[in-house]
Amino acid sequence: MKLKTTLLGKVYSFRDVKDVLAKANEEKSGDQLAGLAAETAQERIAAKVVLANLTVADLRNNPVVPYETDEVTRIIQDDLNEPIYQSIQGWTLAELREHILDDARTADDFRRLSRGLTSEVVAGVCKLMSNLDLMIGAKKAVVTAHCNTTIGRPGSFAVRLQPNHPTDDPDGILAEVMEGLAYGNGDAVIGLNPVDDSLGSVSRILHLFDDFKRRWSIPTQNCVLAHVTTQMEAVRQGAPADLIFQSIAGSEKGNEAFGLTGAMLQEARDLLLTQGQATGPNVMYFETGQGSELSSDAHHGADQVTLEARCYGFAKHYQPFLVNTVVGFIGPEYLYDSKQVTRAGLEDHFMGKLTGIPMGCDACYTNHIKADQNDIENLAVLLVAAGCNYVMGVPHGDDIMLMYQCTGYHEAESLRQLFDKTAIPEFDAWMVEMGLITPQRRLTERFGDASIFLR
Amino acid sequence: MFSEPDVRQLVTAVLAELLAEDKAAPSAAVAPDAVLVEDGQVPDVTAVSTKDEFHVPNPANREAYLDVKQKTVARLGVWRAGPRYNTWSMLHFRADHATAQDAVFSDVDDAYVQAQGFVAGQTVCQSKDEFLTRPDLGRRLNDETKERFARELPRGAKVTLMVGDGLSSSAQVNVPDLLPAIKQGLAGLGISLGPVPYVKYCRVGAMDELGALIDSEVVCLLIGERPGLATGESMSAYMAYRPDPDKPESWRTVVSNIYSGGTGPAEAGAHIATLLKRILDEKVSGVGLVL
Repeated sequence: MKLKTTLLGKVYSFRDVKDVLAKANEEKSGDQLAGLAAETAQERIAAKVVLANLTVADLRNNPVVPYETDEVTRIIQDDLNEPIYQSIQGWTLAELREHILDDARTADDFRRLSRGLTSEVVAGVCKLMSNLDLMIGAKKAVVTAHCNTTIGRPGSFAVRLQPNHPTDDPDGILAEVMEGLAYGNGDAVIGLNPVDDSLGSVSRILHLFDDFKRRWSIPTQNCVLAHVTTQMEAVRQGAPADLIFQSIAGSEKGNEAFGLTGAMLQEARDLLLTQGQATGPNVMYFETGQGSELSSDAHHGADQVTLEARCYGFAKHYQPFLVNTVVGFIGPEYLYDSKQVTRAGLEDHFMGKLTGIPMGCDACYTNHIKADQNDIENLAVLLVAAGCNYVMGVPHGDDIMLMYQCTGYHEAESLRQLFDKTAIPEFDAWMVEMGLITPQRRLTERFGDASIFLR
Repeated sequence: MFSEPDVRQLVTAVLAELLAEDKAAPSAAVAPDAVLVEDGQVPDVTAVSTKDEFHVPNPANREAYLDVKQKTVARLGVWRAGPRYNTWSMLHFRADHATAQDAVFSDVDDAYVQAQGFVAGQTVCQSKDEFLTRPDLGRRLNDETKERFARELPRGAKVTLMVGDGLSSSAQVNVPDLLPAIKQGLAGLGISLGPVPYVKYCRVGAMDELGALIDSEVVCLLIGERPGLATGESMSAYMAYRPDPDKPESWRTVVSNIYSGGTGPAEAGAHIATLLKRILDEKVSGVGLVL
């Protein structure tokens, strides 16, 4: 293993694999805040050169948090398929990159490859990819999942309907659900971030969603994004959740900050598979985001891209239906501006797909970052071009509860038109039945009229 | 990137071209109406609230639609141009985001700080950019400020009111009403106040350093919140008993959402004064203070 190179006459040497991984990152304010980033643009490239020459085995054998002390590392390492790993362990990351980009690779090849990659390898190869590389790679790594419907097929593009409300008013939430459906949103999930995450409130909203879903025969999933333990209790008491949600991190300590262990997620999944109403087998929903480990002082001196990859390795163990990064939510101290948010969105989507999870993205921004709606529309276009399973849909891009902006209801059909995609097929057929679109997918006069549900 | 001379050259060239075109253009008579500037103005796109703005041309049930719109401030019933937003709702949204951005990215005017009679200081942040990307630096006062505060602020005060810019310069609009309301409330409870320190590039944690520096029993920091869309003026008051950097965030009592659209500054001021008195009496703040 070589940790030193000469670039343009200057010698660069790196402390260890973790140091190479961090310095090889594209520029991120969060890595600078953590004191891990390359000092100069040349040092960044030198780190990439060293990284490109490391082998898959070098990265597997040097996890950024030790196996003995970290549950996330253990889950990722123990889930590896050893024969597949052994067949590629001698490859350099440069070779892995070119293997991924090779025109001959099929979705099946990626499915197999992903079983032999640890998250450090996934992160490592990501750092050698340009933005377009990330898109080409991700597009070939098709990952589908099934809850009540199937998400991730190449011809479809889904949207999570996010009807958040500052006081969880049921009529207000339902009005937002109707409007979102009228714009063709909600085939990924109808999922609320509750203000009041008490058991009673979570159960009430799950019933509200389920009643509405049944009344209008909507082929989709529902979810209330409270803490995993609250949702489990609600399900035990008979609340009709299709999916159980949880925010996750890339280290055990980071998960502790979320009040979370792997065992809890396993229990939640087992509970839904045995007591839940959804068909499955994919019944979990996870959210992640670069920088969350640093913000809870749980980064162990590792960079935010590598930790993010570890979220995906951890998530994969629970066979999720949805996983999305909430890129841009965390603020400029982690992702400085729209350029860094765009890069992170493409990285996260690629790393998720290469890991083998059905990846989506909340392309968003807060009001103290140098980004606006144009930037987020750009990112959404890049993501759909890269085969992203789903994005968010909120009224006019304005989330009035979380106080941030992301992709709006109107983006769903705009992006489908632009890329000649449909909603998830069952949902698309429902849109035709409801008269929102014609069988040729032209928008009708009813498309965008929430009051078709007010009868 | 273009250098400045490049840009100047480019602009000159473009202007010359335009002028040349202008000269070459046929002198067709322009209808006088086309150049007439009328009196009056285009209506304010933000004037109608999101609850009342409604553009769906032929809704299946107009009355019920308007009813449910009253249950949320989400932008519903906005209609569309093809798959895209209508012009007016799009401009309303952009105006609201512009409000938030201006609040974050513009600085509080020095003249205002002077006019308020504040004792002005700054954290170790050198620029807005550094302030936004280095929250750790926004919690530390610079050396000059520490000296000035130690010199000009009373030591061992019962209560010190402190003002900071935080993430919204627009939030300072609340101060001229909020500050006197707190002062008046405290005076009624027999507590007087000294000069008010002001901190530029201020994060909430800066109050801990100030409290330790001047040995103030209680510190109350009035600071601009991270703006929401169209709510750039929101301010928070953070209060702590014997604040110090080693105490956890849960040691702070907070009153948030202070602005004309939330809790008005006069009302908030009275409430804050009462809380400060209780913190002083019970010698505890944050989660320990049972409200």
